[in-house]
Amino acid sequence: MSLRRLKAVTRKELLHIVRDARSLALALALPLVMLLLFGYALTLDVDRIPTYVYDQDRTPESRALIDQFRGSRYFQIREAISSYQAADRGIDKSTVLLSLVVPRYYSRHLLAGDEADVQLLVDGSDSNTASIALGYADAVIESFSAQLRSDAQVQRGGQPLRVPVDPRIRVWYNSDLKSKNFIVPGLIAVTMMIIASMLSSLTIAREWENGTMEQLLSTPVRPGELVLGKLLAYFALGLADMAISIVVGVFVFQVPFRGNAWFLLFTSCLFLFGALSWGIFLSASARSQLMAFQMGMLSSFLPGYLLSGFIYSIYNMPKIIQLVSYLVPARYFVTILNGVFLKGVGFRILWLEVLMLAAYAGLVFWGASRKMRLKVA
Amino acid sequence: MTPSMAPESNAVEIRDLVKRFGSFVAVDHVNLEVQRGEIFGFLGPNGAGKSTTIRMLCGLLKPTSGSATVGGLDISSQSEAVKQNIGYMSQRFSLYDDLSVEENIDFFSGIYSVPRDRRAARKDYVLRMAGIEERRSSLTGLLSGGWKQRLALGCAILHEPPILFLDEPTSGVDPIARRTFWDLIYQLSAAGNTVFVSTHYMDEAEYCHRLALMYRGKVIALGTPAELKASLSHHNLFHLEVSDLLGGMNALEKVPGLSDIAVFGGGLHVTAADADRAVPEMRSALEQAGISAPMLEAIQPSMEDVFVAMIEEEERKVA
Repeated sequence: MSLRRLKAVTRKELLHIVRDARSLALALALPLVMLLLFGYALTLDVDRIPTYVYDQDRTPESRALIDQFRGSRYFQIREAISSYQAADRGIDKSTVLLSLVVPRYYSRHLLAGDEADVQLLVDGSDSNTASIALGYADAVIESFSAQLRSDAQVQRGGQPLRVPVDPRIRVWYNSDLKSKNFIVPGLIAVTMMIIASMLSSLTIAREWENGTMEQLLSTPVRPGELVLGKLLAYFALGLADMAISIVVGVFVFQVPFRGNAWFLLFTSCLFLFGALSWGIFLSASARSQLMAFQMGMLSSFLPGYLLSGFIYSIYNMPKIIQLVSYLVPARYFVTILNGVFLKGVGFRILWLEVLMLAAYAGLVFWGASRKMRLKVA
Repeated sequence: MTPSMAPESNAVEIRDLVKRFGSFVAVDHVNLEVQRGEIFGFLGPNGAGKSTTIRMLCGLLKPTSGSATVGGLDISSQSEAVKQNIGYMSQRFSLYDDLSVEENIDFFSGIYSVPRDRRAARKDYVLRMAGIEERRSSLTGLLSGGWKQRLALGCAILHEPPILFLDEPTSGVDPIARRTFWDLIYQLSAAGNTVFVSTHYMDEAEYCHRLALMYRGKVIALGTPAELKASLSHHNLFHLEVSDLLGGMNALEKVPGLSDIAVFGGGLHVTAADADRAVPEMRSALEQAGISAPMLEAIQPSMEDVFVAMIEEEERKVA
């Protein structure tokens, strides 16, 4: 490994980056766009559920129940309807997710101390959202009836009813249970995976296409120097992207940052090194820029998105897919980022993930250099 | 740093070199020796195996079998050392269009590890040689063909390699730029460098000290331009100017011992087996057909004639 040659390659590659203003702008704008787009669009929080109410009872008691829904931030009453057909249509057209039907004689049953039923019609096509919505509706109704029972007790001159078990819940790390706090750090990992392999995927294929590789191979420059030299240039760009992502995460999305900044920098470097090496590996394998680019997108986006645990919990996946996910470097980086941002943990907890990232980076870099060497023959 | 070369060896020695791509034999048992300081020309039609041979010598391809040394160094086992000793220019322009002239020079200066104290001098030399001192900071992609060619040559010799491989270096540049380029090759050769150059321009072939004619992967002729032409001495070439081209051709075809009757410019070219008998026979045949021939003379074969005759001979052998 000659430092002179390495420096020459890195310098040349930086010049390419700077000269290609459009690609440079794209490379810097992409993390911003992706983070804003995904960060705002991708919310797993279920609130302001569009709801119809069908009040068949029309009594003060039924209105009191409906007011409970109206007052909850989880529900938004769209309309009071007067037929089941209207409820059907609303769910079919997806204007509402839920219809609350208060049957006739609701108040009579209630006041008589009998069981008073209410009906919930829910659009179950998105089962996840549906069950969350039902959970909220249950809770609203439950607390309302507890209130009613307690009031009735007091009216009869007794003590307010005591609830036998009262859970006191305390949520750690993401105390507001905001999904963005957990999505944004993961999103940074996925975004960086995509950007890094995209940036570097073109670099060697371009040299093959332009015929400059032929010239390089006739010089004493070694494959490892070429790969590392190119990597270092894109590394600079990757770190800039990383910085943009973190700034957007912390200042735009207000994700708490509780961990050590140096640890974050160190692990980001490891991750970038691996992701860039992967792009170069593809570039050395493909020989055409288009092919390398497409392989780069496919191999970074899909696994990064689906198998990193960034949205979809890996625990719930079939065993075989869980095993596959161990090969996805984004998986480790998502864990690290969540740990650093939300939990404030460092190397002592995350050493395995750091080790895996390092192993991945080393392996893929070796593979990329080897691929370059093989192409010569 | 003067690159180390084994002393007293030929600049290039090729022994039974073979390169197969699948079932296609691109280079078929080639044997060659190129002396130091020589301008050695590699002649042949497209696809004859010239580039493949050069690429093997430069370490860009691995030979299927056989061996070769460049500057006394084995191309298979000492390819890293070979690369220090050679400059290579491929058919395609292979500098970076989006880098300036100087940036290209600096880059190659870096990867050839030109010593720090020589760098400025080498850069000046290349800029002067290519005649682009004034355009040193313009983007390379904006240069014209001849300039690009000379700059590419300059970048390939930044590290002062004793042996140069130029693969059809002048394809696609205008005649004046080609002439300028060959002046540079002569200068390099005069300074003691070996230049191994492939071409399919016949006039360029005449500029070489020695030539190898390659056809279908084999070297079918080897020698100085004069030697190659002399080898064609049994082909007596005549140039005729006749009053009727087509009639003249028909008349001459009936004469035994004549071959390769072809229209050439405003006249005819004819090859005869026996020159002394051919002249009166041609005259009488034309006279009988009522065609006058104001000019009928024996001429020296050009490199192109040699080239075509040798390939036709090779074709006859195969058939």
